Amino acid sequence: MKKIIEVQHLSKIFGEHEVLKDIDFSVSKGEVVCIIGSSGSGKSTLLRCINLLEKPSGGQILYNGENILDDKHDTRTYRTKLGMVFQQFNLFNNHDVLSNCMIGQVKVLKRSKAEAREVAMKYLKVVGMEQFINAKPRQLSGGQKQRVAIARALSMEPDVMLFDEPTSALDPEMVGEVLKVMRELAESGLTMLVVTHEMGFAREVADRVVFMDKGVIAEEGTPEQIFNNPTQERTREFLKRTLQQN
Amino acid sequence: MELNVIIKTISKYWPMFIRGAGVTLVISIIGTIIGFIIGLIIGVIRTIPMPEKGFKRILLKIVNATLAVYIEVFRGTPMIVQAMVIYYGSKQAFNIDMTPLFAGIFIVSINTGAYMAEIVRGGIVSIDKGQFEAAYAIGMSHVQTMVNVVLPQAIRNILPAIGNEFVINIKDTSVLNVISVTELFFQTKSVAGNNFKYFETFFIASAIYLVMTFTVTRILRFIERKMDGPENYIIYANQMQVETPEDALRREQLMKGNK
Repeated sequence: MKKIIEVQHLSKIFGEHEVLKDIDFSVSKGEVVCIIGSSGSGKSTLLRCINLLEKPSGGQILYNGENILDDKHDTRTYRTKLGMVFQQFNLFNNHDVLSNCMIGQVKVLKRSKAEAREVAMKYLKVVGMEQFINAKPRQLSGGQKQRVAIARALSMEPDVMLFDEPTSALDPEMVGEVLKVMRELAESGLTMLVVTHEMGFAREVADRVVFMDKGVIAEEGTPEQIFNNPTQERTREFLKRTLQQN
Repeated sequence: MELNVIIKTISKYWPMFIRGAGVTLVISIIGTIIGFIIGLIIGVIRTIPMPEKGFKRILLKIVNATLAVYIEVFRGTPMIVQAMVIYYGSKQAFNIDMTPLFAGIFIVSINTGAYMAEIVRGGIVSIDKGQFEAAYAIGMSHVQTMVNVVLPQAIRNILPAIGNEFVINIKDTSVLNVISVTELFFQTKSVAGNNFKYFETFFIASAIYLVMTFTVTRILRFIERKMDGPENYIIYANQMQVETPEDALRREQLMKGNK
């Protein structure tokens, strides 16, 4: 399978603190990869390094074989190929639902308004928010906001979708609707990279699970390997702790 | 104070008061608008994320330092002194001949710009970091992010402060009488110099100032309410109190069903 994103020897240092240490990691086309691990293990930082919201301190990131950390590489064009979904939704508060999904297409991809509207409506239907196109973000519930945020990212028709703990800021009863949408997207063959605390989701949907601990990838493998036969002691510890809580 | 003196002064000199008030309004409106535009541009420049290295970083540092000097100088000196330096100074030192009105608008604009730059910067900083990140993540440039996402929200937040600046400008244009701009204070002084009724004449002037500033604050409040839009509508004017989109949908479907 063709590798879309390849991370090589990636490191990230905040001041004195080394958050990511020599990470090697890749995502292939059509693959769903879930990154799990305790808070502060660096999983969100890894995701944010991949779309350059954080500048890596060392190593390289290859996108379709091209090094995107190269100065000549255009960051903005690269970012349009990645759809990002944030923990805090980050919908544009001054735009309504439809406009949130159109603005990137019109301003960045230079699509016509009519085309952008059509694409936006298509993906708003996918997430089941097509009836709320005129609502402002503040009028929506958390789950609805996150579904719109997913539609906004999809409207850019990216190659890879990045999810940064998409359900962590939601009330428990709203987690289901967002996970349902993500499950449908995974089944449609979209390439997805998901940082999550939802172990059930990771186990059922992921093709591959990556466990991170203290800035390194401690273990990776199929969900069966990670959840049923973890080889590392710290993976076992982590799973014991989180599965007990649930 | 005698009422008949006031009435006599108004009936004899009203064209001078009106003309003075007109000049005051023109200078403060144009000055506030230009100052706001200066503030917006500077605010956007000062919030550009600093590149890590290279020529762009040096350029941005120089530009930022220049802007910081501009802000400090014009915020840190009285407008009345700035007026003397710019109007008479440019005439004597560089032989530049400005009309007093042009000089007045120029001075008020750059003075307001210095304050507005800080107000706008405060407005931009107050916007949640997530709004920037979301815009960058879909590939927007810094300017696109500002124009489409951040500034519309920031401007709404700083509108009360902009209104403040406008009111201050209406009052502070009175210092421009030192470069003989024929604004309201200058005209009042001329009238009082003619009739020697200082108290009554300046009482009229203060009433005119008060009417102008009061009207401006009312208009700005109205604009603020307009910009807030439906949120106020839901809270104050809607009998449903807080209606979510789901409720609205349900209600619409119900109404369709009833027909």
